[in-house]
Amino acid sequence: MSYAYDEKLDGPLRDHDKARIVRDLRALLPDLQLLHAQEDLRPFECDGLSAYRITPMLVALPDTIDEVQALLKYANAHDIPVVARGAGTGLSGGALPLEKGILLVMARFSRILEVDAEAGIARVQPGVRNLAISQAAAPHGLYYAPDPSSQIACSIGGNVAENAGGVHCLKYGLTVHNILRVEIVTIDGERLTLGSEALDAPGFDLLALITGSEGMLGVVVEVTVKLLTKPQSAKVLLASFDDIEKAGNAVAQIIAAGVIPGGLEMMDNLAIRAAEDFIHAGYPVDAEALLLCEVDGAESDVEEDCARVEALLRTAGATDIRLAANEAERQRFWAGRKNAFPAVGRISPDYYCMDGTIPRRELSRVLRGIADLSAQYGLRVANVFHAGDGNMHPLILFDANAAGEMDRAEAIGARILELCVEAGGSITGEHGVGREKINQMCAQFNSDELTFFHAVKAAFDPSGLLNPGKNVPTLHRCAEFGSMHVHHGALPHPELERF
Amino acid sequence: MRRDLISIDDSARLVDQVQCAIARRQPLRIRGGDSKAFLGTQVQGEEIDTRSHRGIVSYDPSELVITARAGTPLAEMNAILDEAGQMLPCEPPTFGEAATIGGVVAAGLSGPRRPWAGSVRDFVLGCRIVTGEGRHLRFGGQVMKNVAGYDVSRLMSGSFGCLGLITEVSMKVLPKPRETRCLSLALEASEAMRELSSWRKAALPVSGACHVDGRLHVRLEGGAGSVRAAADRIGGEHLDDDFWTSLREHRLAFFEDDRPLWRLSLPNATPLAALPGDAIIDWGGAQRWLKSEASADVIRGIASAAAGHATCFVPGVTPEPFQPIPAALMRFHTQLKQRLDPHRVFNPGRMYADY
Repeated sequence: MSYAYDEKLDGPLRDHDKARIVRDLRALLPDLQLLHAQEDLRPFECDGLSAYRITPMLVALPDTIDEVQALLKYANAHDIPVVARGAGTGLSGGALPLEKGILLVMARFSRILEVDAEAGIARVQPGVRNLAISQAAAPHGLYYAPDPSSQIACSIGGNVAENAGGVHCLKYGLTVHNILRVEIVTIDGERLTLGSEALDAPGFDLLALITGSEGMLGVVVEVTVKLLTKPQSAKVLLASFDDIEKAGNAVAQIIAAGVIPGGLEMMDNLAIRAAEDFIHAGYPVDAEALLLCEVDGAESDVEEDCARVEALLRTAGATDIRLAANEAERQRFWAGRKNAFPAVGRISPDYYCMDGTIPRRELSRVLRGIADLSAQYGLRVANVFHAGDGNMHPLILFDANAAGEMDRAEAIGARILELCVEAGGSITGEHGVGREKINQMCAQFNSDELTFFHAVKAAFDPSGLLNPGKNVPTLHRCAEFGSMHVHHGALPHPELERF
Repeated sequence: MRRDLISIDDSARLVDQVQCAIARRQPLRIRGGDSKAFLGTQVQGEEIDTRSHRGIVSYDPSELVITARAGTPLAEMNAILDEAGQMLPCEPPTFGEAATIGGVVAAGLSGPRRPWAGSVRDFVLGCRIVTGEGRHLRFGGQVMKNVAGYDVSRLMSGSFGCLGLITEVSMKVLPKPRETRCLSLALEASEAMRELSSWRKAALPVSGACHVDGRLHVRLEGGAGSVRAAADRIGGEHLDDDFWTSLREHRLAFFEDDRPLWRLSLPNATPLAALPGDAIIDWGGAQRWLKSEASADVIRGIASAAAGHATCFVPGVTPEPFQPIPAALMRFHTQLKQRLDPHRVFNPGRMYADY
């Protein structure tokens, strides 16, 4: 597909007189910063999925919630689409602008409004960076648990929109489990409070609904997050296996034994070698698979769990098991994993990151399927895997400059997502549908289910002005793209760790 | 899987009954075990009973996921999890043996472990529902992470059947704690709150904290070492495990009182205000049970002033058992109801007169 909004498939958009909109908004909101000159718009043409680039009609950078409300009201009255954007680190093109739309950039909402250590909460504006919350809470011995790989740059508003995860989800949950309240502004300019500082709120659980809704239902203008007490201790074990299936079984046995690790990650041989070559973490380059298992909590429990996990790994056939002797070694073990994406980037001109999830028991079968596809398409695939929660990140290696390779990468990516759906999983565990996986939604959901999603959307945004063309495909699009068809995406922000 | 459990797929009948109701514009009163029928407003409608649609669809302990049909008794599900050394960490109340897992999710009530482990909705991974258009659809799934489409499964939790008929749910489960110790200390409420705060900061493995009759009852769960160390620090007397079941099921002596029962959900650090009646503090301060003759307005005034809300747990006391919500927010509730249940067949009026 062409990634650009396609009015034939995604629905018609009205043409607008840009000069008039700028004039109107200047009159309506004299303090609102608007960007409309071509050169000023360019920095906003893509989010983290930089292969997709569209120049927005204009960019608005509000400073106040009043401005957001007035702007949305105006857009609603004049039928102008609005795409909200946080830090722009998303990997699925969820904040890809529209040529006929306003890009609403929430970056200026960057204040931490309150850290209440007694209540264990922080109230923040949506543009606050994920890591900044933990940093602000650190003096109180507290932190914000979800840690997406881009946490030094990504903003909490975007985290809510995407239901962001990280490497600690199995034990500590996703964004939806770690927020108490959000304030949103709807397309008709209404400001709503969803959730509360208490643990529940009357009415439907709209807080759960808005989390992960990809900017389709409202614009997040404030977030209240839960803060947790930092674990006293954390230890990490590195286990090598001569067979990836044995590693998969070891994961099942650790969990069946009643241990919930803080982090449980797997890498295959290609990923191990790439990471070792880059980071020199001391990884076993001859191993077919590697497991990193971190247990955290009270000192004595960590000791006990470590001993239990070590015994299980041995029984499961690990050829080597190492316990990080100190904090420096623990960091080094993790550094290899956290840099697996850029490491793979060093051994291939291009790579394409997938984000499928599967039930863990399907791991061997799906990995075999990926290996078969890799041979069939003649492209290498490195596998890194949030083994604890079934979230796979196969990295397809290709060279965009070699004839036909990009097409093959797209094709194999589509087949891998099909495998995940067939195995009872999902096309996206944490990166979101955005624009990137809009066609794959047709493989995961049938037309009645998609119609139900459209009904949810219509309850908040009947004219379809918030982020049109994202998250849920039209039935027309699915009719056109009945089969899987995945598009190329390159990883931007190479400076960020990618899990 | 145990063979003595009954497994019947009766979804065709449920779909058929919903479709007939839609065709006739006949409101339905959804019931499972009817163990929580006292919550909300009585629904006038034709009964649709999920109990015949029952049984565990899949459960693999190493996946930490259980999928069951809506009519499966919660007690049965708990027994199966227990055999595998696992549990629903949100420990939902049963309010009688008849409670079904569909009702647990629809009501969204969680037990004493909720502040530390999470709520029912936190553990919902997926569901199947019969929609207001009479379609039998599947949302979410059996995987821990899934951000494809809107989170319909969690929206269903706590919606009291007003948005669709839940026919199947997938829940995340966790291993049972290796060690449990329950303690009881004679402490004034304010002192108890101070102690709880200091234990929270010290990351003690608290998984239950309830103040009743001048005593703080604490449950510790975790590894042997951390539980022992925390128990040594906390001191107090041994408390029977049954206390938490009695609290969860409202079987403590406190609940035997003719005055209406109210549930106040408050920010956990809410200062202790005098409440008009007798109260116990649960969830480490975030949930208070109140026995009171005071008016709904008075009780809600107190809850609202503390940024919380109050639910009446006895039918017939107030026409609005659930706390009224602001008009702007109600507008989006009714719009959602209108879009998802356009023929108003599912439990009309159960939560609010508006939908």
